[in-house]
Amino acid sequence: MAEFKLPKNSKVTEGKEWPKPEGATNTKAVKVYRWSPDDDQNPRLDTYHIDIDDCGPMVLDALIKIKNEVDSTLTFRRSCREGVCGSCAMNINGGNTLACTKFIADTKSDLKIYPLPHQAVIKDLVPDQTHFFAQYREIEPWLKTDTPAPERERLQSPEDRAKVDGLWECVLCACCSTSCPSYWWNEDRYLGPAILLQAYRWLADSRDEATGERLDNLEDPFRLYRCHTIMNCTKTCPKQLNPAKAIASIKKMMVERRL
Amino acid sequence: MATDNRPLSPHLQVYRPQLTSMLSILHRLTGIALAAGTLLLVWWLISAATGPTAFDTVQSFIGSIFGRILLLGWSFAIFYHLSNGIRHLVWDAGKGFELGTVYASGWLVVAASVALTVISWISAYVVLGGAG
Repeated sequence: MAEFKLPKNSKVTEGKEWPKPEGATNTKAVKVYRWSPDDDQNPRLDTYHIDIDDCGPMVLDALIKIKNEVDSTLTFRRSCREGVCGSCAMNINGGNTLACTKFIADTKSDLKIYPLPHQAVIKDLVPDQTHFFAQYREIEPWLKTDTPAPERERLQSPEDRAKVDGLWECVLCACCSTSCPSYWWNEDRYLGPAILLQAYRWLADSRDEATGERLDNLEDPFRLYRCHTIMNCTKTCPKQLNPAKAIASIKKMMVERRL
Repeated sequence: MATDNRPLSPHLQVYRPQLTSMLSILHRLTGIALAAGTLLLVWWLISAATGPTAFDTVQSFIGSIFGRILLLGWSFAIFYHLSNGIRHLVWDAGKGFELGTVYASGWLVVAASVALTVISWISAYVVLGGAG
């Protein structure tokens, strides 16, 4: 059931204001969601001030600078710093995106950084993604075939290969799924845009031979059909992919196989 | 895994309202408004079948400023729900999913529903002369 308010232990309180860097003329306030499992406190919003003239251009640069120079307890995931690993997904000024590909200069006001929405928080900006990846496992994201393996690789025409363009690029950062109100209210049963885009990636692959079985697995009031075409997913995808279109393609396949 | 004390990260509280989600929730709200507005019209029809006294009561309520504001909201709801319903039909056919198209069709639906509401009210007042 949709629960619009945050539970009592999740209400965000006013946090600490850290001192401004000395001698800096061009500073920016960065407000960051903090929560630690080690004390019994509610989450809080800490304010840091960074010297913009002495910081890289991306939001991730700002977070790393804070962690290195101001507060080493600040916790977040990051790895590739170029938008291919999907680790640093977070909510920046009201939209989900990758901190490493988001320019600080895109935001004129203060930066406000929260973890991906409607997730259980492990610490600070790190959400628990166990359920998300369990859902990924559920769509069996690998090539399934019945025909005997050929001597070389399974061939695919350039035209068929082009059908998975816009799908294979997904880095499973979960920005789209956690931007989706339908996923917020039904994430226990609805697979969400990221996982459904991945499901379509295998349905669209000419080499895969389990199309019917895959569609059977998705034919469910919740798993697929909780998508109400809200389109927050496509709006927020940091890789400019179109999960909503992929979901619509699955729905179309469902209809077409009955004709 | 102990997850009991883990807080839930903010969602509605922090997610920026945008055309995509706002038009979606408006579609649902106008759907609810249509159901409620239909009850109002049923009440009006039943009163007409009941007799002149009952009809006068309902007619004076619907004809009052408050009643007209309700009708204005109801007519916007029907035009919005209709226009956005057509947008959904196009989506169901698998078309119109590019982000630019989504925004264009969204604003078109808003403009169309406002225009249709205004046109129908102007023509109603012209035809009926604003009689209660």
